[in-house]
Amino acid sequence: MTLLLQVTDLHAGYGRAEVLTGLNFKLEKGQVVTVIGPNGAGKSTTLNALMAVLPSRGQVLFDGTDLAEVTLEERVMLGLALVPEKRELFGTMAVEDNLVLGGFRAMKQKVPNWRGELDRVYELFPRLKERRAQLAGTLSGGERQMLAVGRALMSRPKLLMLDEPSLGLAPLVVREIFRIIERLREQGTSILLIEQNARAALEVADHGYVLETGAIVLDGPADQLAHDPRVIETYLGAARKAG
Amino acid sequence: MDLSIAGILALDGVTNGAVYALLALATVLVFAVTRVIFIPQGEFVAFGALTLALFQAGKVPGTVWLLLILAGVVALAELVHGLRHHLAPRRLVRSFVGTLAYPVLVSIVSWWAAPRGLPILVQAALTLALVTAFGPLVYRAAYESLADASVLVLLIVSVGVHFALVGLGLLFFGAEGFRNPSFWDARFSAGPLALSGQTLIIFAVSIALIVGLWLFFERSLRGKALRATAVNRLGARLMGISSAGAGRLSFTMAAFIGALSGLLIGPTTTVFYDSGFLIGLKGFVAAVFAGLSSYPLALVGALGVGLLESFGSFWASAFKEVIVFGAIVPVLLWRSLRDPHTEDH
Amino acid sequence: MGAFFQRWGFAAFAVLMLVLPALPVPDFWVTQSNYIGLYSLVSLGLVLLTGVAGLTSFGQAAFVGVGAYTAAFLATKLGVSPWLTLLVGLGLAVAVALVLGAITLRMSGHYLPLATMCWGLALNYAMANMDWLGKYDGLLGIPTLHVGAIDLGTERGLHVVIWVFALAGAWGVTNLLDSRPGRAIRSLKSGATMAEAMGISTFRYKTLAFVIAAMLASVSGWLFAHFQRTVNPTPFSLGKGIEYLFMAVLGGVGQVWGAFLGSAAVRIVDDQLQVWLPRLIGTGGNFEVIVFGIVLVVILKYAPEGLWSFVGRWTPPARRKRDWGGAPALPLRAKPARGELLLEVDAVRKEFGGLVAVNDVSFQIKGGDIVGLIGPNGAGKSTTFNLVTGVLSLTRGAVRFRGEAIGGLPSREIARRGISRTFQHVKMIPEMTVLENVALGGYLRSRSGALKAMLRLDRAEERQLFAEAERQLARIGMADKMDELAGNLALGPQRLMEIARALATDPALLLLDEPAAGLRHKEKQALGDVLRQLKAEGMSILLVEHDMDFVMGLTDRIVVMEFGTRLIEGTPEEVQASPAVRAAYLGTEH
Repeated sequence: MTLLLQVTDLHAGYGRAEVLTGLNFKLEKGQVVTVIGPNGAGKSTTLNALMAVLPSRGQVLFDGTDLAEVTLEERVMLGLALVPEKRELFGTMAVEDNLVLGGFRAMKQKVPNWRGELDRVYELFPRLKERRAQLAGTLSGGERQMLAVGRALMSRPKLLMLDEPSLGLAPLVVREIFRIIERLREQGTSILLIEQNARAALEVADHGYVLETGAIVLDGPADQLAHDPRVIETYLGAARKAG
Repeated sequence: MDLSIAGILALDGVTNGAVYALLALATVLVFAVTRVIFIPQGEFVAFGALTLALFQAGKVPGTVWLLLILAGVVALAELVHGLRHHLAPRRLVRSFVGTLAYPVLVSIVSWWAAPRGLPILVQAALTLALVTAFGPLVYRAAYESLADASVLVLLIVSVGVHFALVGLGLLFFGAEGFRNPSFWDARFSAGPLALSGQTLIIFAVSIALIVGLWLFFERSLRGKALRATAVNRLGARLMGISSAGAGRLSFTMAAFIGALSGLLIGPTTTVFYDSGFLIGLKGFVAAVFAGLSSYPLALVGALGVGLLESFGSFWASAFKEVIVFGAIVPVLLWRSLRDPHTEDH
Repeated sequence: MGAFFQRWGFAAFAVLMLVLPALPVPDFWVTQSNYIGLYSLVSLGLVLLTGVAGLTSFGQAAFVGVGAYTAAFLATKLGVSPWLTLLVGLGLAVAVALVLGAITLRMSGHYLPLATMCWGLALNYAMANMDWLGKYDGLLGIPTLHVGAIDLGTERGLHVVIWVFALAGAWGVTNLLDSRPGRAIRSLKSGATMAEAMGISTFRYKTLAFVIAAMLASVSGWLFAHFQRTVNPTPFSLGKGIEYLFMAVLGGVGQVWGAFLGSAAVRIVDDQLQVWLPRLIGTGGNFEVIVFGIVLVVILKYAPEGLWSFVGRWTPPARRKRDWGGAPALPLRAKPARGELLLEVDAVRKEFGGLVAVNDVSFQIKGGDIVGLIGPNGAGKSTTFNLVTGVLSLTRGAVRFRGEAIGGLPSREIARRGISRTFQHVKMIPEMTVLENVALGGYLRSRSGALKAMLRLDRAEERQLFAEAERQLARIGMADKMDELAGNLALGPQRLMEIARALATDPALLLLDEPAAGLRHKEKQALGDVLRQLKAEGMSILLVEHDMDFVMGLTDRIVVMEFGTRLIEGTPEEVQASPAVRAAYLGTEH
């Protein structure tokens, strides 16, 4: 198994407040790794730091390349794709335009027939195909999430990073999203998944890390973590104290 | 007023309006992509007209020297910045040479061509080549590092750039005014109206440019990428679309459109080094009418401004500016109330 | 050095400028100083308007023109006494400012400066094209000012008058900025939400700043008319308007001193450039604009605080003297009885287009209750909160406070009725001290207006406000930090300061929006202690949070939201034990 992502001693924060206090984790090609934890633990900060949306200290090796001094746009060109917590869609542009823009990297790198990727995305998300001419801002929460993921897939990324894909979505929609993540996993996409919904995340992942106040407190194979009582503790601290 | 006078005024208004429309489009374009309210758009117009005029006179236009200086300053500043941040030397050298390559090339060609009295179309093409080069350089010099600043700060920077360009215009073009010859001297009649060839060219160019811009933004991926930067900057960056690249491209287009407008107004207006401001401002009025966002409304607004100006000057010539600028205040209010209220602090 | 400067700097400067004409200073410099005084008056207005209130204006030169033309016309054509024309000019400037302000101050963001450009242009062209104002030649032969029998002339005598006005203006504006209306104006910059939540009418204070700036410019124009003795449209053009803004920005647009520094720098450098640049270049012409343009861009890129930021480093602000020891307390509101129905949220609904953010949510708060509103991310808690506080409008449903329907009221009206709030992202004024920020909360309990403030007649009420602010800070345990700049505090103390500010409004109901978000463990503990203490004192609180742990030992009842709907309401124990809640947080289906 080849190491796709190796993170060593990652520190990151907003302004003067440091949120991440020295993270270490790794991800192998073809793996789905999930980082779970309660709100405020620093999960989104982790992805934002990896994508260079905010500055960070520490070492990040991606597919052999040291990402120090590499800008956000350059990381995209190297094959990192992020679906951020707020989705960041182009609301006043059509669904299809959003997807096509996802292929910007492929176009710049002159990947042959990159537009063919559009068919693959529509096949994964038939509802998007139905709404291809609609403005992205008029989609429902679940459809927006699908569009965000589909857009990220257009560039055929080496590593797909998802920031809380279940956020604000109804349980049925969450199930659908995770089914798609499962399919992507079967197709061999490497995925780094940040989630508050521990159950769904651990079900679909190979390996898991539990993040609490900026540090990793637990890690292990996902099916082991799913039954580890300590995971529940970090989410409902009061239950532990009262019970 | 009888119909024939109204007709002449209307034609006049629409012709000027077409030029204002081009400037309005450029203003909307730049704002949409970079959030810069580009007050100095008019300076590109003046530079275009004056450059052609100097070519016509057989002299090397001051534009050449100004371009070289600006390119040199930008290249040096970025070199210093790169050295400070310990960027790779090969990258720095490539960037340095890249910044200077086109300006130097086009300057040499201009210097060679100036005394040779080449046909006006060739000189016009050279003018476009020269002035367009200013666009990305101005962006890099003044705006690129301020990409995250508020619209207000960017507006004040625009004012600074405007002052600098006007002063530099005086320095490199002198205080003389010039009128350019018409590109096409023919005369046509359409009913009671007399159309000159130049008027037809203005309409043709405007329509071609509008269609071209529409195709670019609606159909091409690069155009959509530019739009995307304006709609959601972070989202665009996550797609690999750099806002610096988008900024430079939009400024290049703005400079091109400005220079083109300068060429078109040649025969009807005596252009001085500081004439650009008022012309640009009228295009700007139309852009604001469009909320700095809608191209069709910008077109309508520009035609409106042209007509308002020509009929206004017929009735109350001295007060035509008062009318035009006074009228925009309620338009701004309407715009401000309509558009989503964001706290940009 | 710093303390000396703070106490005596202004007085020393004032004495110097007034005495200057009597000193053996060459005429050239007296003239320069006259110009600097004239420009400073306009820049002072911009410091207030742009630097403090955040409203960029490129059109101040037009107001200078109003003052100048009024003086010129009335004096030359109607023989009116100059001192009277000053008042007429002021009145006219105020009238024009009120009209223009009514239209333009409602504009947001970048539309306002654009509007100022346009009316600046329109007014200038109007002045330039009216026959009775002399069109482009203007009006000539304006008489000099006289005091009794003394002719003040246009040099040293006038210098005294110019600087009396400039210094008086600076004194007035400085006083204004350190007062109740001044704090209200300062709050404009951080966005309307916080100001309105404290009961401040942002439109009213924008207008106030705008009118004062117009008046200062008008005085400058009046003085200008008697200085140059001719008035034509050129000095009142858009270009000049931009130059005034440039002076303020260069000097330091947030500081009163910046107005003087910027005006002096521009005047002196402009003069020198006009001499040297043509010599350097070899031809005549106005090349100094190039320098100004470049300097403006450079300043904005590298030193946006202006020149004063370099000087200001040596003169840190002095600590406020604690002189409010025995100040009488501000009037108190009648507090709700324990168990009285305080807040009734009745099937409120909020839709954004097709998205239902809050789905018919209902709950009640009774006097003395601490109610928690919790739920996972995206549950709709903050939206509900914003519906109650008037920041968002209701799609359907009602909110009643002490029996009165408050749905649809603007935030400042809701504040007036006794609901006070804090914000998820701390909204405060970083340049003011902690004490001053908290004193802002006392806005609705005090009355001093701008005139009283500028004449420093509001000291008694200010002492009351500061005493109240200190009391609230002591209540939450932050009295020792009261002289610190709010911007220097860590997040935890900033949150506590917001609570103190909310308490300074003497609320009947306190609404806290995720006060524990982003806090470290110790800070959360401190916050929890404060809230428990307030509860013991009988304060009614609605607390929005997503940290269950934090909320447990604090609240009487908890309302849990999920997907915009109310999931369950009950005591902390009930909620904790509920499998539905556990599932909502962990993601299991239920």
